Amino acid sequence: MKIFSKLYTFLVFLFLYAPIIVLIVFSFNSSSSTSMFSGFSLQWYKALFQDEATLTALYNTVILAVVSSVIATVLGTAAAVGIDKLKKGPFRAGVMATTNIPMMNPEIVTGVSMMLLFVFVGKIVGDGAVLGFGTMLIAHVTFSLPYVILNVLPKLHQTDKNLAEAAQDLGCKPVSAFFKVVLPSIMPGVITGMIMAFTLSLDDFIISYFTSGPGFQTLPIAIFSMTKKRVKPDMYALSALIFVSILVLLIIYNIAQQKSEDKSKKKG
Amino acid sequence: MSNRSSLGAKLIAAPYIVWSALFIIAPLIFVVYYSFTTADGSFTFANMAELGKYAPTFLRSIWFGIVATLICLVIAFPLAYFISQKTDKVQRTLVLLVMLPMWMSFLIRTYSWMALLQDTGLINGFLSKFGIDPVHMINTPGAVILGMVYNFLPYMIMPIYSVMAKLDYSMVEACQDLGGNRLTVIRRCIIPMSMPGVVSGITMVFVPSVSTFYISQKLGGGSFDLIGDVIERQFQQSYNYNLGAAISLVLMVLILICMAVMNHFTEDEEGMII
Repeated sequence: MKIFSKLYTFLVFLFLYAPIIVLIVFSFNSSSSTSMFSGFSLQWYKALFQDEATLTALYNTVILAVVSSVIATVLGTAAAVGIDKLKKGPFRAGVMATTNIPMMNPEIVTGVSMMLLFVFVGKIVGDGAVLGFGTMLIAHVTFSLPYVILNVLPKLHQTDKNLAEAAQDLGCKPVSAFFKVVLPSIMPGVITGMIMAFTLSLDDFIISYFTSGPGFQTLPIAIFSMTKKRVKPDMYALSALIFVSILVLLIIYNIAQQKSEDKSKKKG
Repeated sequence: MSNRSSLGAKLIAAPYIVWSALFIIAPLIFVVYYSFTTADGSFTFANMAELGKYAPTFLRSIWFGIVATLICLVIAFPLAYFISQKTDKVQRTLVLLVMLPMWMSFLIRTYSWMALLQDTGLINGFLSKFGIDPVHMINTPGAVILGMVYNFLPYMIMPIYSVMAKLDYSMVEACQDLGGNRLTVIRRCIIPMSMPGVVSGITMVFVPSVSTFYISQKLGGGSFDLIGDVIERQFQQSYNYNLGAAISLVLMVLILICMAVMNHFTEDEEGMII
């Protein structure tokens, strides 16, 4: 049984990582083929750093992810605080149901529906090229918001309601009571929400595809137009670099968590 | 006392409520509006009438979606169980390994499968070393379903694992004490208790599988159109927004019905994610 479970786990992980291994290996290929390995070379890594279009797309992706996740976090945290105060009833249920829509709806429908809105408004305003950074930002904030709200709400639930009141009784203004008492206690939820918003935005292709214009391309969009023809291994090189950097980040995070756990065990 | 500042606190949700009305509700209204109008804005049922043509595509999407979801479930359930049996440290590493691929562009990972599956690709090259004739894999329904399973498997593993990791093991022991053998314990105890994770896993895999459009184009070679492909073409190639909206509307309603049927089998109070 032990051997079976190990073998099984290994096979599933082999399945999950097979294409990743393939693309890392072929990022070092000396020819431009993605199925015949002809020899080791770093040329695609060199080509990557000379490819302005890809680097611009990478830069755009990061900017969009930072801006949209910050806006979604501020708006979503505020929303969660307000929703938490709402009485249970049809209004609150309506707000929560609306919040769930972007998570339940297929992404393609969310993308298409926003595209229709933007195109319609564009027609009224007489601007044929509305689609661009602005519309993508709106779309990314919109699909990130539910994740922020649903991460913050449970934390608010766990926070002692009397704390904020106690702070106010001690002379704090409501706003500073929020920043000094409530916000620190919901911070883990806010941060998780923000990280989720950030990674969702980085990765998103489907919704971006329908809300982006030719003027502002993110990496997934650029990759999509490349895969329509043939992908050059410099894209593999970029993916390999992204993979390695995330792997390193995760290992650091894992070690840090392990250390803090060991510490708390010693204390306990 | 508690009324102090509560109006202000409620108002703080106002920007979000306005935002969601503008960018969640309004776009859906536009989908309905476009579905029932012609390109110049007059009311019509023509778009809906044209949908009959796409019935086979709808059926194929749902069929592929169901098969992919079931395969994910069959693969993910034992894996989630095995992971949950490991020590905390190993569990954490394995969970990170499950999620790691999701941080890479799914486009490039799917494209990479093409290199593996091609007639002269890596898998066939490997097989030929053992004298096995090449197997035709790419551009088959199997390849499309493989792409779905590959891309969405983590969405099935994660929710099942998180339920299993929190399982009350005193229940499992009680089951063993009452004379259950290994299989009985799994069948009568672990499976029922992991149902909430299974249900959210099923929805998290089924919805993106039914509506995908990239996987079918790359691994199906364009010969197995799914409903997502049809929608994509209306919006990005033939610019028939009205027909595209009508198909999207039906897709949305179909998925709502599937979810309602699912939820009928399991009653969960607050919706759970992961």
